[in-house]
Amino acid sequence: MLNQADVERVDAAAVNSAKNRQSPLYAARRKIFPKRAEGSFRRFKWFVMAITLGIYYLTPWLRWDRGPHAPDQAVLVDIANSRFYFFFIEIWPQEFFFVAGLLVMAGIGLFLITSVVGRAWCGYACPQTVWVDLFLVVERGLEGDRNARIKLDAAPWSLRKLFLRTCKHCIWLVIAVATGGAWIFYFADAPTLLVDFATGHAAPVAYITVAILTATTYVFGGLMREQVCTYMCPWPRIQAAMLDETSLTVTYNDWRGEPRSRHSKRAMAAGEIVGDCIDCNACVAVCPMGIDIRDGQQMECITCALCIDACDSVMDKIGRERGLISYATLSDYNANKALATGNGALPITPALVRGVSGGLSPELSHVRAATLLRPRTLLYFAVWSLIGIALVYALLDRTRLQLNVIQDRNPQFVRLSDGSIRNGFTVKLLNMIPEPRTISLRLADLPGATMTAVGVSSEPVTQLLLPVEPDRLRTVKIFIRLPSGEAGGDHNFRLIASDTQGPETAEYNATFNTPEASK
Amino acid sequence: MSEKHVDEVSGVSTTGHEWDGIRELDNPMPRWWLWSFYATIVWAAGYTIAYPAWPLISDATRGVLGYSSRADVRGEMAAAEAQKAGYMADIASSTVPEILANDALRQVAIAGGAAAFKVNCVQCHGSGAAGSAGYPNLNDDDWLWGGSPEAIQQTITHGIRFAGDDDTRQSMMPAFADILDAGQIAAVASFVASLSGTPSKPALVEEGRAVFADNCAVCHGADAKGNVELGAPNLTDALWLMGGTEAEIARQVQSPRHGIMPAWGARLGETTVKELTVFVHSLGGGQPSTD
Repeated sequence: MLNQADVERVDAAAVNSAKNRQSPLYAARRKIFPKRAEGSFRRFKWFVMAITLGIYYLTPWLRWDRGPHAPDQAVLVDIANSRFYFFFIEIWPQEFFFVAGLLVMAGIGLFLITSVVGRAWCGYACPQTVWVDLFLVVERGLEGDRNARIKLDAAPWSLRKLFLRTCKHCIWLVIAVATGGAWIFYFADAPTLLVDFATGHAAPVAYITVAILTATTYVFGGLMREQVCTYMCPWPRIQAAMLDETSLTVTYNDWRGEPRSRHSKRAMAAGEIVGDCIDCNACVAVCPMGIDIRDGQQMECITCALCIDACDSVMDKIGRERGLISYATLSDYNANKALATGNGALPITPALVRGVSGGLSPELSHVRAATLLRPRTLLYFAVWSLIGIALVYALLDRTRLQLNVIQDRNPQFVRLSDGSIRNGFTVKLLNMIPEPRTISLRLADLPGATMTAVGVSSEPVTQLLLPVEPDRLRTVKIFIRLPSGEAGGDHNFRLIASDTQGPETAEYNATFNTPEASK
Repeated sequence: MSEKHVDEVSGVSTTGHEWDGIRELDNPMPRWWLWSFYATIVWAAGYTIAYPAWPLISDATRGVLGYSSRADVRGEMAAAEAQKAGYMADIASSTVPEILANDALRQVAIAGGAAAFKVNCVQCHGSGAAGSAGYPNLNDDDWLWGGSPEAIQQTITHGIRFAGDDDTRQSMMPAFADILDAGQIAAVASFVASLSGTPSKPALVEEGRAVFADNCAVCHGADAKGNVELGAPNLTDALWLMGGTEAEIARQVQSPRHGIMPAWGARLGETTVKELTVFVHSLGGGQPSTD
C-alpha cells in the first residue's frame, strides 16, 4: 500500500526550528528558499492575492460622478481641502468618527477572525505576506524552484548569476515603485497625478512618499521577508494571545504521523510501528517561514497552510488519507492524541486510531462548525455588528446642512441710541453637498427682533437668503436687534437654517442677552 | 557573583542574578538594536558639531551649519509678511469704502484691525470696544464725530483734542458754571433729561428749554440732536458718555470733561489705520459712506 517511490524526499532542515536557533545568537540569517506548493490552499492564496492587489492598485482609478463641483475619483483622501470621498459617501473632518468606527470594526473583526480561524490575517491577507508571495513569484520565475535557487545561491559569481540577480532586483524595485506609486493616487486625482509625477511636476511629498514606500516594500518584501513577521511585527504576539483551544491552527497530527519513518516498508516488514509521516520534509521545504510544523505550534507560523498542500499531495501519492497536517483545534488535537496514546498510557500507536480496515477511526474528533460558534466568537460578532449598524445608522441619519452659531461675548449686548438692544452672532453655515445651495436663515421665537448681516443686508430683516458655495462653509456675522420694550433678562430663541430647494433644515438654540430689567 | 548558570529550556546562560527563583537570561542585545545605538552616538557627535550645542562662558558653540532659532523666527515672520503682502498692497491702494465692499479684503482688514486694536486701543475702549464712562462704546450707533468710514478714519488718524496733531478734531464745551446760575443749570438739566426720559421736576422743563435755546442750541442744535462736525453729542438718545442722570448732566454743564484721543496716523501708518477703521466700522454701528 505504501508507495514512496515517486515521493521526492527533500533534505530540508527547518531554518527556524528551536533546535537550530540558539547557537550562536549573532548568527547571520540563514536564507529560506520556499518550494512552490500546489493545492487548494495555494490556489486560495493566489485568489486572495489577486483580489487584494487588485483592490490596492485599481481603486484609485475608479471614477464616480459627483457633478461639476466635486472630484470624480471614487476613493479620494483630499487632504488639502480636508475631505474624504468614498463612492457615494463624503466625509468632512468632523465626521472622522466614521473612519475611527471602521478602524474599531477592523480591530474587533481581527479578534473575531483570529478566535475562529487563527492567524488567517497573517497567512492570507497581510500585505507583508501578499508582497512576499509576489516577490517569490518573480524569484522563482527567474532563478527556478527551491533546488535551483539553493544551487545558484551557493555558486560562485558568474555572468549568469549576476544577470539573474540583477534582473530579479530590478523587477522587485519596479514592483516596489508601483506599490509606493499606487499609494499616492489615493490622495490626489490619479490621472493628473500620474502625469505630474512622470513629468516631475508633482509635489515633493509625492516623491518622498513613493521613495519611502519603495524602500520599505523592497526591503521588507524582498530582503527581510519572514524576519519582519518574526522579529518586527507585534501582531503575532497579540494574535497568539487571542487564540484558545477551539481556534483553528495549522496542526501536525502527530497522533497519526508518528513514529515517522523514512523507510516505512522496511520498518513495517520488520514489525516496527510506523505512522503516516514518511519524513519527506515536503512541509519544511515549502514553508516561507523556515519552520518545521512537526515541531508543534510555533510563534513563527503564519498559518499560510502551504505545508497542508505539500503534505496532502504526498499523502495522495502514498495512498493515505489527507490531513496529516491540517487545520485543527487544540481540543480536537488533544482528544485525538489521547485516543492514539490510550490516554497517555502508551507512546503514539497508529493502530489505536485506525480501524481494522486500515481507515481512520470514526471516533476521531474533527472540526465542527458548532465549535466555531461559541460565546466568545458570538460576542465579538455582536459587538462588531453593533458598531457596524450604528455607523450605517449614523450615515443614513446625517444631515448635510449644519449650522453653528457663536455668540459675541464681549460685549454681551450693545445698547443703541434708541434704547434697543443688539446682540452679535457669528453664524457658520455648512453646505456639505457638492451642489451650490441657497440657505434661508430665519429668526424664530424672538418677537419684534430684526437682524442685519455684515456684507449681506444692512436692512433689518427676519429672514436672510444666503447662497453657499458647493461643499463649503460660509461665515456670516449677524446683528440681532430687539426693541427696548422687549428687553429685560435673557431670551431663548432659535436660528433656523433651511435649504430653499430641499427639505434639510438645521436649528440652533441661542440666547439673546439684554441688561437686567431696569429698576 | 554566583556561579555560571545555564537555563535548561533555552540553553542560554543567565546573568547570575536571581529573584525568588527567577533568573535573567544573558541574551546579548539584538544586532539591529546595537547598531542603532552606535548610530545614535555617531549622530549625537555630528549633531553637536553641526548645531549650537556646547555651553561656553558667555555663549555657546555656534555649530557649523550656522543654525539659529531666532533666525528661524525672523524667517517665518518675513514669510508671513510676504504671504499677506498682496492683501496689504490692496488695502494700501483702496479706500475704506472699497475695502468694506470687498468680501475678502474686508475680512483681512477686520483681522488686522482687530489685532491692532488689541495692542493700541483696548487700554481706553476696552477689549470688546464697549468703552466705559468717558470712553465711547464703539459697538453702538451713536457717534460723537460721525460713524461713516471717512469720519472714523479721520478720527483715528488725527485723534481728538490731541496736542501733537494740527488736524486733530477740536471742540470745547464751555464751563457754564460762570455763565449760568445754579437754578438755570438745574432747569437745563431737567430739560435735557426730558428729551430721552422723564425729568424729576417737570416744572423746570419749560424754563430749561429757554436756557437751552439761548446757550446750548448753537452747538447741540435747536432739536438737541447734536452736531458731528463739532463733536457735540446728541442729547435726545439713550446713550450718555458721561452719564445720563440729571445730576450728571448738571455736572457736565457746570464744568465739562472732555476726552482726548491720540492721533494714530503717524504712529501706525495709513494701512493699519484703514484696517482699524474697517474693524471699528464693522463692529455693528458703522454708518454709510458720505462720499
